[in-house]
Amino acid sequence: MSAVLSVRDLGVTIGRSTIVDGVSFDVQRGQTLGIVGESGSGKSMTVLAATGLIDAPGAVVTGASRLGSTDAAGLDLVAATPTQLRRVHGDRIGFIFQDPSTSLNPLLTLERQLTEGPEAHLGLTRRQARSRALALLDSVGIPNPSDRLAAYPHQLSGGQRQRVMIAVALACDPDLLIADEPTTALDVTTQAQIIDLVRGLQEERGMAVVWISHDLGVIGQVADDVTVLYRGEAVEQRPIVEVFDEPRHDYTRTLLDARPVLGLATPAPADPNADVLLSIRDLDVSFPITTATGKSTVHAVRGASLDIRRGHTLGLVGESGSGKSTVAGVLTGLTEPASGTVTLEGRDIFGRRGTELTQLRREISMVFQDPFSSLNPRMSVAEAIAEPLRVHRLAAGAKGRRGRVEELLELVRLPREFADRFPHELSGGQRQRVSIARALAVEPKLMILDESTASLDVSIQSQVLELLATLQQDLGLTYLFIAHDLAIVQQMSHEIAVMRQGEIVELSSNERLYADPQHDYTRTLLAAIPPERPRAAASEA
Amino acid sequence: MTMSEKQAPAAATPPSRGSLIGLLLQNKVTLAGCIVLLIVAVVAIIGPLVAPYGVNATNVVNALQPPSAEHWFGTDDLGRDVFSRVLVATRVSLLVAVASVAFALVIGVVVGIVSGYTRGWLDTVLMRGVDVMFAFPVLLLAMAIVAILGPGLLTTMLAIGIVYTPIFARVTRGSTLSVAVEPFVQASRTMGTGSFFILRRHILPNITGPLIVQTSLSLAFAILSEAALSFLGLGVQPPQPSWGRMLFDAQGFLGMAWWMSIFPGAAIFITVLAFNLVGDGLRDVLDPRQRTILEARRRR
Amino acid sequence: MRGVLENTTVRFLARRLAYTAVVLVGVMVVVFSIVQLVPGDPVRIALGTRYTEASYEALRAASGLDRPLWEQFVGYLGGALTGDLGVSFRNGEPVTAVLLERLPATISLALAGLVIGLAVALPAGIYSALREGRLSDGIVRIASQFGVSVPDFWMGMLLITLFSSVLGWLPSSGYVAITDDPLEWLRRVTLPAITMGIVAGSIMTRYIRAAVLDVASMGYIRTARSKGLAPKVVTFRHIVRNALVPVLTITGIQMATMLGGVIVVEVVFAWPGLGRLVFDAVASRDYPIIQGAVLLIAVMFLLINLLVDVLYAVVDPRIRLS
Repeated sequence: MSAVLSVRDLGVTIGRSTIVDGVSFDVQRGQTLGIVGESGSGKSMTVLAATGLIDAPGAVVTGASRLGSTDAAGLDLVAATPTQLRRVHGDRIGFIFQDPSTSLNPLLTLERQLTEGPEAHLGLTRRQARSRALALLDSVGIPNPSDRLAAYPHQLSGGQRQRVMIAVALACDPDLLIADEPTTALDVTTQAQIIDLVRGLQEERGMAVVWISHDLGVIGQVADDVTVLYRGEAVEQRPIVEVFDEPRHDYTRTLLDARPVLGLATPAPADPNADVLLSIRDLDVSFPITTATGKSTVHAVRGASLDIRRGHTLGLVGESGSGKSTVAGVLTGLTEPASGTVTLEGRDIFGRRGTELTQLRREISMVFQDPFSSLNPRMSVAEAIAEPLRVHRLAAGAKGRRGRVEELLELVRLPREFADRFPHELSGGQRQRVSIARALAVEPKLMILDESTASLDVSIQSQVLELLATLQQDLGLTYLFIAHDLAIVQQMSHEIAVMRQGEIVELSSNERLYADPQHDYTRTLLAAIPPERPRAAASEA
Repeated sequence: MTMSEKQAPAAATPPSRGSLIGLLLQNKVTLAGCIVLLIVAVVAIIGPLVAPYGVNATNVVNALQPPSAEHWFGTDDLGRDVFSRVLVATRVSLLVAVASVAFALVIGVVVGIVSGYTRGWLDTVLMRGVDVMFAFPVLLLAMAIVAILGPGLLTTMLAIGIVYTPIFARVTRGSTLSVAVEPFVQASRTMGTGSFFILRRHILPNITGPLIVQTSLSLAFAILSEAALSFLGLGVQPPQPSWGRMLFDAQGFLGMAWWMSIFPGAAIFITVLAFNLVGDGLRDVLDPRQRTILEARRRR
Repeated sequence: MRGVLENTTVRFLARRLAYTAVVLVGVMVVVFSIVQLVPGDPVRIALGTRYTEASYEALRAASGLDRPLWEQFVGYLGGALTGDLGVSFRNGEPVTAVLLERLPATISLALAGLVIGLAVALPAGIYSALREGRLSDGIVRIASQFGVSVPDFWMGMLLITLFSSVLGWLPSSGYVAITDDPLEWLRRVTLPAITMGIVAGSIMTRYIRAAVLDVASMGYIRTARSKGLAPKVVTFRHIVRNALVPVLTITGIQMATMLGGVIVVEVVFAWPGLGRLVFDAVASRDYPIIQGAVLLIAVMFLLINLLVDVLYAVVDPRIRLS
């Protein structure tokens, strides 16, 4: 069998730093190679270098990457001239990128963006290219393609944009499709659809696919073979089932163990008779939205009701735009509710003033998603953690605060010396620990975790989740755990509420929700999660 | 992906004061700008002391002499030494620029922070006011103010200060808005931190970058505006020498005494250029992402 | 589909129109206050040595300054809307007539300057951005920085010295209407227009460069490259086309600079436009003329930016079809 793309000893250096080091792989016709790695592993750079699309300033590429043949007859994309590369880009190699909101030109119609490739490479006339574009839109599952040809990207949803991007990539029937994190910016249900679409198209057309992802679950769904990249080196390269079953490299094992998988873990049991700490009834929230063309109202939360018991974790799951973060905003005073009531220990939290309000801010604290922006870059770790202590006068003087800061750092398993560091000197996981320490400083009754681990690499994510679970046990904390990942929610929560378009569609205990989901949407969500075993394993059996 | 992550920390990292100056001076063009500014500042201080002739010492016999060993920049139509006048005028140009930009900075920052942090109707009113100010060309508005108050040094400072206030208000508001939605400010609000603490500890330190850049660029434009006003006879008044006024005086002698216009004009040009170069260098270091349309409103 | 399209465009433009109206009222207030803010009696100051009891009373009544403040404002507002801006303190001529007489000279100069500016800035800005970091980019950047820093009146004086006094190629001053003698107009407009064009062009070069660089770093440019399109196609169909949208806004805003710059340039070149008029009016404290000219220039700026908004709605499908 001859390889569509054959990469040998590929290296990329920028200045003195080595980004990719001696990576080799082959991709066969009709097969999918998955490239997996965490952020900074050089996975995108590897593929961009191998296909001659690298545009990082000052990048030097070494090694060879032959298109079409393993022998010298094929075109070496590393050594090829720009003209040679242009001839294969878009023709024999198609590309899909991560963010569908920026990868299509906002000022051109879909038709133009679909036809310009075939016109350049296949010498089609406008009319021929148009009917090809129509067929492409149809094949990627865009409804009413003939109406959509004249549309602009902003008129489509994110998932539809990614479908159009796939159509663009396939416009000239390429031998090789490069998919660089194509589902990372999408919701889990959309992700499942895109995975199915690409697999279907691959079966139909027999092209080779290189699929890059940070997510082993996704890679398991698409890949036949997998290359694990770690700090620019390929540490493991084998068929997907073997890698999943018997990982050889420690790093692969860490990735496999750390990834959230359904049904593996549930939280330590909590007292089922504990009193209700927080109670939300018929909560409605709407925002006015001002755009260039006028004002409109978005109904973010409609009639939401739920209870959180003391010492429990309530998981709030939903896709983007479901309103789950808006609930957190209402509880912390960042967002004004339209109607409804929320009580904490039986007392209404709305309409409080003065000291009562200050007290409330002490009782509910929150950890945000992005570890890079949730700490002020100009404040040291000690100043950040001490801020709530100062506001609520929780420690006596500078010395008292310092002592408490060090205690809190210990609590989140960070060395005391970190107190004098600045956020840019810390890694993402360390920053998130600092945020947790800051939220703990007020000894909150309820702690809101809003996608608090979603931006972390899986190996770091699992450590932070473990810390959160331990803290709950030791300090008897109550969590509102907001997430989009059902596997993580299962691992952390005692009760779970599923939100969709502002409404809570299902609210039940952890065990019941996963064993016997009542609502269709919950079932769709559960079905969309990549299973633990790779798909290739199922087809072999 | 790798690239963006490699670059992200560099952009997000606030450089310490020492490394910031180092970064700034690495750029040779910026370094040149800094050196020129240093020289201009020294001249502003010691200019009157080292000037070889009195600025208003007329000597009609010696009028319109080309540059020579005695008169490096020649003499004007009244026989005054152009070199001495250029030296002495430096102080007043810098003084007007610094005073007016300081005025604009203080008022603009207050308006911008109030506007950007409180939002609501007050924001709308203040920003409409700023829009109204932007509808007038800077020089025209300054001339109108001079027409109201009558020409003079104080009026010049006030007029230039007023016309550059809106840009500071807008830069401050824009930066405040973008910092105010940062999760670390949101986090502070959820903790119950008071507005004063948030403004002082979270917002102000994080908007200084754009403000420093704006200050440097505004100093450049303030010097140009002062020169233009003085050129029109509406700025600094004789007998106090000013670069703009010297150019006004040179108008009638363009063909016969080129030195009368070349040297004062070059003084303005070089000073403004230095401020602009330093401003650009500062932006590259402090505010790399700000390539906004806002900048289009900064001039004149 | 068609109805929706018109609907959003109309809605967008209605919002911009309402915004312009609000700002216009603010502009009127500012312009009206010019004469009110004068410490002392503006009529007396304006009359200066020509002061007599009779002339004072006559001028005061003619300008309406003897009436209560709010009545004056309503009167000014109403007058401005119907084209009546009062009479000149100096010679009693209607302000509107004076302004209209001067307007063509200013517009023809500003447009000529804008054309020269764009003719320099578009190619220079695009070229410089596409060759970011190379020597040619550095030269364009330094040259544009020079152009931004040069005082325009000095630039004009240098041009006069070189092309009129030394070389004798072009006249140093004076104005001929384009309708009277286009060729002579061109000879006379060349130096002032170049003066304005160099300054405006330098500023715009910097924005165009920045806009092109911004667009060039967008994801869809990588998509365009990944299609294997010719560099020419990527550059013009994708980068330059998209960069021109923000450049449109910049050009609109730039008009304020042009209209400000025109004042000094008109003074240097003895060009009898609005700038020269304001200059003379400030010297003689002819407040109604100052007010009228300031108002007219501000209104022109607002109208230009309204026009830019209309063009925006035409060019950008995100506004046309949101």
